Amino acid sequence: MITLGDYLIVSGILFAIGFAGVMLRRNIIIILMALELMLNAANLSLVAFSRFHVDPSGVPNYNAQVFVFFIITVAAAEVAVGLAIVVALFRLRQTTNVEDISTLKF
Amino acid sequence: MMLVFGGAVIINRNPVASALSLVVSFLALAALFISLDAYFIGIIQVLVYAGAIMVLFLFIIMLLDLRAEELRKINWIASAGGLAVALALIIQIFSVVGSFPLAKQPFPPLARYVLSGAEGSTSDDVHRIGLLLFGNYNLPFQIIGIVILVATIGVVMLSRRETR
Repeated sequence: MITLGDYLIVSGILFAIGFAGVMLRRNIIIILMALELMLNAANLSLVAFSRFHVDPSGVPNYNAQVFVFFIITVAAAEVAVGLAIVVALFRLRQTTNVEDISTLKF
Repeated sequence: MMLVFGGAVIINRNPVASALSLVVSFLALAALFISLDAYFIGIIQVLVYAGAIMVLFLFIIMLLDLRAEELRKINWIASAGGLAVALALIIQIFSVVGSFPLAKQPFPPLARYVLSGAEGSTSDDVHRIGLLLFGNYNLPFQIIGIVILVATIGVVMLSRRETR
């Protein structure tokens, strides 16, 4: 029997994978992909809780799904802006490695 | 399977292979959404993530003509720190979920008309999400429209060549 805890654990592992990706990788594009993984982990736990919270007439709680809709929209906008910044940076520096971009580093 | 490909996103040294495994990971995640009876979210996941966002990523990777990263010397302290924090996060999540009594209950059953839409077209989840979106969440919905407009204008300004 699949319980709520299984989905939460999968979501947590996915978030940890995304977090490790942000920490370990040195390519900006892959860091953006790992950010997407973390957003999706949050979406998965939201949808699992939405399915878990069923009211007496048998309808799941759709507020969480509306929230997931907003998260997906914001994620799409964020990826568009992030990739535009990466392209502008690549034109300037010919690199996507975060260790080569340290002008603002203290 | 989703976790395997999610791990492959990080492990792969070639950005194109990494992006393709991210597509598979997102598709598997959409399957998980559908298994939770969230059909609308699952379809949006396939369309927006596996379709639009991944095409954007692949387009940028090929536009920038990225090669696989050469083996540079790895900053071992940073890698060990990142892995340690991620492992601590996983352990913490396991302990929290393990001590959470609701997490051991199976999912409650849904009403039949939610699953099959047998009561007419007014009971499917797209309809319900739409009612919430344009009813309770009308103001956030409009704000999100402004956010997308601002993002679009920002992207155009960022990617414009300097003509001055």
